[in-house]
Amino acid sequence: MSIAISSHREDASRRGWQYRLHIDAPLLFTLIATSALGLIVLYSAGGGDIELVERQHHRLGLAYTGMLVVAQFSPRLLQRLTPWLFVVGILFLFAVLVGGEASGGAQRWLNLYIVRFQPSEMMKLAVPMMVAWYFADTRLPPNRRQLLASAILIAVPMLMIAKQPDLGTALLIASAGFFVVFLAGLQWRLLTIFSILVTAAAPLIWHFMHDYQRQRVMTMLNPESDPLGSGYHIIQSKIAIGSGGLFGKGWMNGTQSQLDFLPERSTDFIFAVLGEEFGFFGIILLFALYTIIVVRGIMISIQAQDTFTRLLAGSLSMTFCVYFIVNTGMVTGLLPVVGLPLPMISYGGTSIVTLLAGFGILMSIQTHRKLLPT
Amino acid sequence: MLGQVHLKDHLFESRLITNRAILLLVAGGLLLSVLLIRLLYLQVVWHDHFTTLSEDNRVKLQPLPPNRGLIYDRNGILLAENLPSYRLEITPEQVDDMGATLSALEDIIEIRDIDRSRFEKLLARKPRFEAIPLRFHLNDEDVARFSVNRHRFPGVDITAGLARHYPQGPQAVHALGYVGRIDEKALQVLDSSNYRGTSHVGKNGIEKTYEELLHGKVGLQQVETTAQGRIIRILSRTPPVSGRNIYLTIDSRVQAVAEKAFGDYSGAAIAIDPNNGDVLAFVSLPTYDPNPFVNGIDYDDYAALRNNDKEPLFNRALRGQYPPGSTVKPFMGLAGLESGVTGIHSKTYCPGFYMLPGRDRKYRDWKRSGHGTVDLNIAITQSCDVYFYDLAQSMGIDGIHDYLQHFGFGKASGIDIQGELSGLLPSKDWKRSHRDQPWFPGETIITGIGQGFFLVTPIQLAAATAALANGGYMLQPQIVHAEQEADSEELLPHQPQLRETITIHEQQHWDHVITAMTDVVHSARGTARSIGKDSPYKIAGKTGTAQVFGLKEEEKYDAAAIAEKLRDHALFIAFAPIDDPKIAIAVIVENGGGGGSVAAPIARAIMDAYLNPAPS
Repeated sequence: MSIAISSHREDASRRGWQYRLHIDAPLLFTLIATSALGLIVLYSAGGGDIELVERQHHRLGLAYTGMLVVAQFSPRLLQRLTPWLFVVGILFLFAVLVGGEASGGAQRWLNLYIVRFQPSEMMKLAVPMMVAWYFADTRLPPNRRQLLASAILIAVPMLMIAKQPDLGTALLIASAGFFVVFLAGLQWRLLTIFSILVTAAAPLIWHFMHDYQRQRVMTMLNPESDPLGSGYHIIQSKIAIGSGGLFGKGWMNGTQSQLDFLPERSTDFIFAVLGEEFGFFGIILLFALYTIIVVRGIMISIQAQDTFTRLLAGSLSMTFCVYFIVNTGMVTGLLPVVGLPLPMISYGGTSIVTLLAGFGILMSIQTHRKLLPT
Repeated sequence: MLGQVHLKDHLFESRLITNRAILLLVAGGLLLSVLLIRLLYLQVVWHDHFTTLSEDNRVKLQPLPPNRGLIYDRNGILLAENLPSYRLEITPEQVDDMGATLSALEDIIEIRDIDRSRFEKLLARKPRFEAIPLRFHLNDEDVARFSVNRHRFPGVDITAGLARHYPQGPQAVHALGYVGRIDEKALQVLDSSNYRGTSHVGKNGIEKTYEELLHGKVGLQQVETTAQGRIIRILSRTPPVSGRNIYLTIDSRVQAVAEKAFGDYSGAAIAIDPNNGDVLAFVSLPTYDPNPFVNGIDYDDYAALRNNDKEPLFNRALRGQYPPGSTVKPFMGLAGLESGVTGIHSKTYCPGFYMLPGRDRKYRDWKRSGHGTVDLNIAITQSCDVYFYDLAQSMGIDGIHDYLQHFGFGKASGIDIQGELSGLLPSKDWKRSHRDQPWFPGETIITGIGQGFFLVTPIQLAAATAALANGGYMLQPQIVHAEQEADSEELLPHQPQLRETITIHEQQHWDHVITAMTDVVHSARGTARSIGKDSPYKIAGKTGTAQVFGLKEEEKYDAAAIAEKLRDHALFIAFAPIDDPKIAIAVIVENGGGGGSVAAPIARAIMDAYLNPAPS
């Protein structure tokens, strides 16, 4: 063991500052570029409210710090902590369902007297970690018993979060878990059967949905049916994006955003502000940054040295991909409004901390590798 | 790790995960492409469509209501003005706790139950981002008190507007009229595009007749607004054109004197300048305050006005149709002279009654003992009925009709206030077509003293008197003296309108009648001698009494014994000074009794006010 440690130090010194500081430079710089773009858009979305930008800036500072701290933990340590994290998360979720604080019609917050936080955020990381932990020491591809076990690990927290109700987060957690299972080698035949089952279960899901969730689905299918009610968001965001054209109306000049026609424009619908003020090319820029982040994440996954880190890195990267595609899909009217922020751009605290903690794990995975003999 | 049951094939697993990861990346890429195609459609293909929608969203066309023209009397005294009016509005969207806000507001500004219930009704109906009025007509103190406390009330605001106000209150209200909120009925006749943004419209009187002039033209501005409708900036602006100011012919001072002279009597008086038809005073009593009507009068107050026995809302000057009584005698005399039926020196014996040849019905003179032998002068001065019974009988009803119609009897005077009635000058044709009955000779007799079917309005009687005064020029009475553009000093006068010039065959006929009328006031036996004694100028006049209910042949009229409501109406017509007439007047005092004792002093007071502006 002592050899391993010394060799790690040796590796680090040989491979430069990134390894010493446990930072992945391509990822870090792309993330910083993205959040810088986010602050610029947020300044406009908030109607030139510099205090709003400052508050977000402070959160980002906190989140980046958190990311760098997480990056210092070795993947080994993270792997050992995983079951505890998962169990504590489940307990918190249970506590929220029993005695959490409601806000905006949903019960998501847990007041620990020191901090108010959403246990569901924690599960965004804990669920893929737990499933990856479960597959780490098994032989891949998983057999049916193992698949069933992993399905339970995913379904329990997902259903608890969906019950809050927080459909967006439940969806992200389900995707995160699913990506681990898929990367672990889920058989195509089973995937097909699973897809058919999900399709068949759609009416059942419809049955258990809240009214406002059903309304969102209906609105997505035909937003004009309720232009002043639930269709208003989608109609206005489509107008904002569409009127932006190729080059946009210019920063701070979006009439839809600046004149309050666009609802929730600092949070879930901030993508429409980008589309209106910076146009198609502004969106291409954001998509390029996102693509670099996802591709870099997948590269880290491919270069990782054991099953746990490979599965985890792949899942975190793809979950990020789902994250922004679901948000942009809903703002452009392709998907129902599920209530997910645009990652790195939307105003809001908890989700950015979790998101960057996830990238901290990626950086940890990348920079704690041992040099393999060539 | 040594106890591991399964053997892990690391190379296989690494390849499996790598393959799967690349697959996911490709899938993600595909989804991203779908998104990009969607964005291309939104931002390139449908760009124009969404640009239009976004323009529609933000640019709103907003009407700018014009300021309503002011109304002055002939001397520039303000009769209708626009006062700044403050109202308290609440935008529900910006209020967290409506109950708490309302009760906190109550400590600062009085909120009546009626305000609160109207507010709550609107609150339930209007969108939450729209401001809802809670109180109208805040006074300066309210405004100041609220302004100090404004920071405590987010979403509560005071907005300023203009509200019509009538500083003279009830004075001349039947001429002036009032404005009221535009209702469904008014909407149907108004040019809706010009009235965008206007809340009030003339309902009555001048305010209604000259609505188009007073209202002005609406302006428009294109504004960029927020989703809440708050204006961010003005893109383009067509300013409104304010309504024209109107100067009435009425002399406020004379009007006030006239209204006061009636005391508690109901009735009407019209004073006209016989030189141009200007209406100097337009009195209909009792009157009422138009100000409560502007923003909707309380139901109870309105019911009180409507159910008042004296009918204050009734415009007697325009719509009151009264028998002219003896005031018709000068016109009858002139008719007789001009048509040659009688002569200046022709005499008739008055035994106190008149009987048609071959009939035994007696037509009584007001003087039971009779006037003895009378000529036209005495018949007018002492108001002998028998002389005019005989004259009427000689002229025949159609002869009377044909001559008197030149003085405007039986048709609307054409005054520029809407709603005038035409009175009634009977004829054989009229009776046949309207009553489907033949004319009876007895009806001609009583027409001669202004009774029977004969009805006049005060404005008609005054216009006819003016024509008598000015030597036969039948002028259309007018109530508007001049107009004025809002931003101009220049007055645009209304020209006198001559309706008809009455042909005079012999000037001395005319002079004779006027002399007789002068004797009514200034001779020792004239029926209106009480007002002539101390008059510094010469007045020509004629008293009249109109029966409200018919007396039997032998019954004696006893004012004290009859209920006030059934007492005779007192009438008086006059003009002065006789050598250069400046004012012609008709006065009707409902249930006033005698023309000479009740109506004539009112006419004198009006003339004094007009002819001697500075009381001696």
